[in-house]
Amino acid sequence: MELLERFAAGDVEAFEALFRQHQCEVYGWILRIVRDRATAEDLTIETFWRMYRAHARFDAARGNCTAWLRRIATNAALDHLRRTRREVPLPEDPPDAPKVPAAERSELQRTILSAMNSLSPRLRVAVVLALVEEESYDRIAEALGISVSAVKVRVFRGVRILRKELSRAGVRP
Amino acid sequence: MNEQEMEEMKNLLKEALPPMRDAQPSGDLWPATRERLAAPPRAMPWWDWLLMAGASATILFVPGVIPALLYHL
Repeated sequence: MELLERFAAGDVEAFEALFRQHQCEVYGWILRIVRDRATAEDLTIETFWRMYRAHARFDAARGNCTAWLRRIATNAALDHLRRTRREVPLPEDPPDAPKVPAAERSELQRTILSAMNSLSPRLRVAVVLALVEEESYDRIAEALGISVSAVKVRVFRGVRILRKELSRAGVRP
Repeated sequence: MNEQEMEEMKNLLKEALPPMRDAQPSGDLWPATRERLAAPPRAMPWWDWLLMAGASATILFVPGVIPALLYHL
């Protein structure tokens, strides 16, 4: 029996094999949304727990396991953002970060993060995935379970709110 | 809003939130996942029931709040 069929039948060994195949991808996807490593690890565990609980609903014959997992992961991350709605932690500087004075950068970062925080979780997720992570609209739509045009609307609305918030704080995008 | 404004916003956001690619978890998450699978299902705390009852009652008696709720979710 194929791995996905065994998983759909509730086989824990098949589930472990799927876990090992997809753990890094799921973690990476969640990290892009929540931007906190410890939270991303917790939500990865939560995602696979939800996946296992829903094994009977998975259609192994026509199912795309990766897309299904990404959808569960996105929902888990959205649930987390709705529960917490807290400030996004300041990210670590990547090695190729532009050379901007530290004080100026952190002030700008704080303003942008605060503007991001004014967005509802569903707008924030669309904006972060589309503009920061540059994921394709198709992939975002699949992960959120909405149409591509609905993703575009969310990004547009999110950017409009961000522009307003940033203008209010004296930052001209 | 035009393409250029969208591009400017993209650059500004990337300054504050550098893209997070190729990240790996700090270790193997399988043991924690297996533990979670074995754990008994968590009971919903009483205040969550209370909150749910309050939200349901609000939706039932003041249906006008539904669009506002949907917007904020």
